[in-house]
Amino acid sequence: MKAVCWRGKQKVEVETVPDPKILNPRDAILRITTTAICGSDLHLYNGFIPGMERGDILGHEFMGEVVEVGPKVTTLKKGDRVAVPFNIACGKCFFCAGQMWSLCDNTNPNARVLEKVYGYSGGGLFGYSHLYGGYAGGQAEYVRVPMADVGALKIPDGLPDEKVLFLTDIFPTGYMAAENCNIRPGDTIAVWGCGPVGLFAIKSAYLLGAARVIGIDSVAGRLKKAREECGAETIDRRRADVLEALDEMTAGRGPDACIDAVGMEAHGATVVEHVYDRVKQGLMLESDRPAVLREAMTACRKGGTLSVPGVYGGLIDKIPFGAAFAKGLTFKMGQTHTHKYMRPLLNRVEKGEIDPSFVISHRFSLADAPTAYRTFLREKDECIKCVLKP
Amino acid sequence: MPGTLLTVAAKSAAGTDSVVARAVDRAPGIRTNVGNLERWLSLGVGSVLVANAAVGKRLNLLGLLAGGALVYRAATGICPVYQAAGVTTAGKTGPRAAVAAGHGMKVEHAVTVNAPVDEVYRLWRDFSRLPEFMSHLREVKETDATHSTWTARGPLGVSVQWDAEIVTDTPNQVIAWRSLPGSDVDTAGSVHFRMAPGGRGTEVRVSLKYDPPAGNVGVLVAKLFGESPDQQIREDLRRFKQIIEAGEVPTVEGQPHGRRGLRK
Repeated sequence: MKAVCWRGKQKVEVETVPDPKILNPRDAILRITTTAICGSDLHLYNGFIPGMERGDILGHEFMGEVVEVGPKVTTLKKGDRVAVPFNIACGKCFFCAGQMWSLCDNTNPNARVLEKVYGYSGGGLFGYSHLYGGYAGGQAEYVRVPMADVGALKIPDGLPDEKVLFLTDIFPTGYMAAENCNIRPGDTIAVWGCGPVGLFAIKSAYLLGAARVIGIDSVAGRLKKAREECGAETIDRRRADVLEALDEMTAGRGPDACIDAVGMEAHGATVVEHVYDRVKQGLMLESDRPAVLREAMTACRKGGTLSVPGVYGGLIDKIPFGAAFAKGLTFKMGQTHTHKYMRPLLNRVEKGEIDPSFVISHRFSLADAPTAYRTFLREKDECIKCVLKP
Repeated sequence: MPGTLLTVAAKSAAGTDSVVARAVDRAPGIRTNVGNLERWLSLGVGSVLVANAAVGKRLNLLGLLAGGALVYRAATGICPVYQAAGVTTAGKTGPRAAVAAGHGMKVEHAVTVNAPVDEVYRLWRDFSRLPEFMSHLREVKETDATHSTWTARGPLGVSVQWDAEIVTDTPNQVIAWRSLPGSDVDTAGSVHFRMAPGGRGTEVRVSLKYDPPAGNVGVLVAKLFGESPDQQIREDLRRFKQIIEAGEVPTVEGQPHGRRGLRK
């Protein structure tokens, strides 16, 4: 089969590799019908996530048709159309049973490595480095889905792939980010980053009862999408001081909750801040650039909540923890518990409350994946979400 | 009494029922004969002698030899002089202990399994299934209600075998076992089961003692070959938990990938 393989920093290639096989009783094999490139794939593409090996198959947002099931998969059969969460969960451990699916105890074959760094390891992820298990991803013609009996969600025939695909990651991720804000009627939510996750967080915040959502970005095309597609007010950080603008827009109170939908590769508010973080990251003194996190901690109102769907991997520096303490902030973060949200969000899509395909800006064939990655990285203004067709 | 690496290797090569194996089993082993306090004292005095001998203007050969002998005595717990004289200051080993006090290595680890205590106990009590999650075991055969024969992979791929008996078996609480005299490896182990606070699954606490071939040197050799017993028991218990909870051990062995090298 053809598969998109990581070959080093800013280099991916479509290679011919062996077809996946059933390796465990709870596996299923899917023929992929639609897959996508996630913003977090750019962290891999840019070489900021350790534990990648040349030849690793990328991709964690995919859906398709079941072509084979292992002996213990009784919930699926050949021909079923399914969408698959980007994280792999066993469904039986303490964490899965408590709806904390991304923290599954039993799905990372390399848990010992993450335990050394983080204390404890969460579950495995498709196509996201050997730290997260080294599972082959879904930017390919076929993929092996472990624990398919609890992960893969059957999709009714009437819905096109593009309305369903984002249930596998970015829609639940944006939704959980908003849910983590514990929104009450009348709340104002500020969202840093108007990429796909930020846009879904804006839409979800409104679905959950926010009175006002403010989107912050430096890319005109993304701010436009936030305004026109999601009904947000926006702040263009190239033209305005974000802290001043938020203070003024909320008449001196500050947003009730702040969402960092940017993560480890943020650009600083000032040139000095950006250069500081870029140099420290380059020298391995800091693994992540936390400019958005710092700003959101300062911007948030007293007693407010900071919700972090953006990915962080390691150490960060110059964090205004005193501000967070003095203002009594609540922090909520982590990989999305995708399994928990897929079914209810599918219901919302079926009822027509939301059409997730609004984020798609580009469509490529799987063979053109290298161009798709380049475009996604370089043309942020135009390119918001790339979908690949095998 | 444990054999040496050499004797175990010889037995492994010739087969456990061979003439070689029987001859090896009859050969006397070497037992530690220096007590723990004395070993520490030997280490201290020996180190000082070696250091003095080494920094002096002229090489003090006598000091070096004497110091070296004391350090050897500390490291191995074996004193050739005591051996010749039939003296020992190492504590007596109780008749029930398969592994002498202060000898070999001990590893302990605990894991919480999200399942009722009887289910967790049952999987462990079925000794024939131990190799499913204990990676160094090749096979465990239960010969009667309390006796079993264990075959394990030792360092350097050497096959090691021993007979074990269950000394305690209290359903849903504890299982303890020990190797019988004449084994390649002296070993003892116990596993305790207890309901986790608030009924959140079962706590499994394992304690294993090994006196591997070649004694403490064998422990060091095993570590040099990357088989840290501490890490091994952690991974064994992780697999135990995965088998009960998920019904399988997660793997990526055998999945496709692109070319691994830099070149085409």
